[in-house]
Amino acid sequence: MKKVAVLQFPGTNCDLDTQYAFEKLGCETTIVWHKESTLPEGTNLVVVPGGFSYGDYLRSGAIAKFSPIMDAVIAYANAGGKVLGICNGFQILTEVGLLPGALKRNIGLHFISRFQTLKVVNNDNEFLQHCQTNEVLNIPIAHADGNYYIDEDGYKELVENNQILVQYCDPQGEPVVVNGSVNSIAGICNSTKNVFGLMPHPERALESILGSDDGVKMLEGLIA
Amino acid sequence: MKAIVNVFLKEGVLDPQGKAIHHALDAMNFQGVEDVRMGKQIVLQLSTTNREEAQKEVEKMAEEILANTVIEDYTIELVE
Repeated sequence: MKKVAVLQFPGTNCDLDTQYAFEKLGCETTIVWHKESTLPEGTNLVVVPGGFSYGDYLRSGAIAKFSPIMDAVIAYANAGGKVLGICNGFQILTEVGLLPGALKRNIGLHFISRFQTLKVVNNDNEFLQHCQTNEVLNIPIAHADGNYYIDEDGYKELVENNQILVQYCDPQGEPVVVNGSVNSIAGICNSTKNVFGLMPHPERALESILGSDDGVKMLEGLIA
Repeated sequence: MKAIVNVFLKEGVLDPQGKAIHHALDAMNFQGVEDVRMGKQIVLQLSTTNREEAQKEVEKMAEEILANTVIEDYTIELVE
């Protein structure tokens, strides 16, 4: 059975949804409080879930990066361990430097909470290995600071290394402006493809009766 | 000594909040505003009286946490 560690900071609010999702997929899931300095032994995947760690004070994710558990997560990632950051988790992973770029306030300044179609840009990574390139997924988004920024050189690297995971798009797969992100980027991975971050919430798309189960094939890739 | 740290989005990085304020000023008929940038100010009360030491320490704080240098610039002003 795969072991998933879900981090919990003060203000995290998607920890239980994330735990539910991975347990539904047959994993042993442990919630790890941010004051811990080690990850559970034999962890196969670390998830930094969504929410508002430290009330988004200073900048989204800025304070969480100094939590004791983050040193363990950085060491785990640098040793090749798989890490997934969802929403606030994505913001935290950019703040600690495990992922390039940064997330700014949405271009329209609104908190956007709704289902959003996403286009799979690259599937040559573990996270999206069960999705097809150009496949359109329907996944909820819920954020105010999802406006992904990266400088021109950084963007070129993302493209050259196939690091762009998903783009905001219309139902036909044409990229659309949702929050002002560079080239409508909704999620990326690092160059070694073991650290993944995205603003949309796959853990909220597990049942078609509740709108979409497209999150299942995304999350399943990480625990295959 | 007091250190006043101002943090702003870098030139060339679009500032959605500054833009919204600019639109509001236009709508209120304030003329002649060419650009608006919105930032934040962090005021630190320091125990040291050594300016050089304060400058060095606050720069380190700005680099490590107060600003995200991927998207933001900062200025430091020391006040006795």
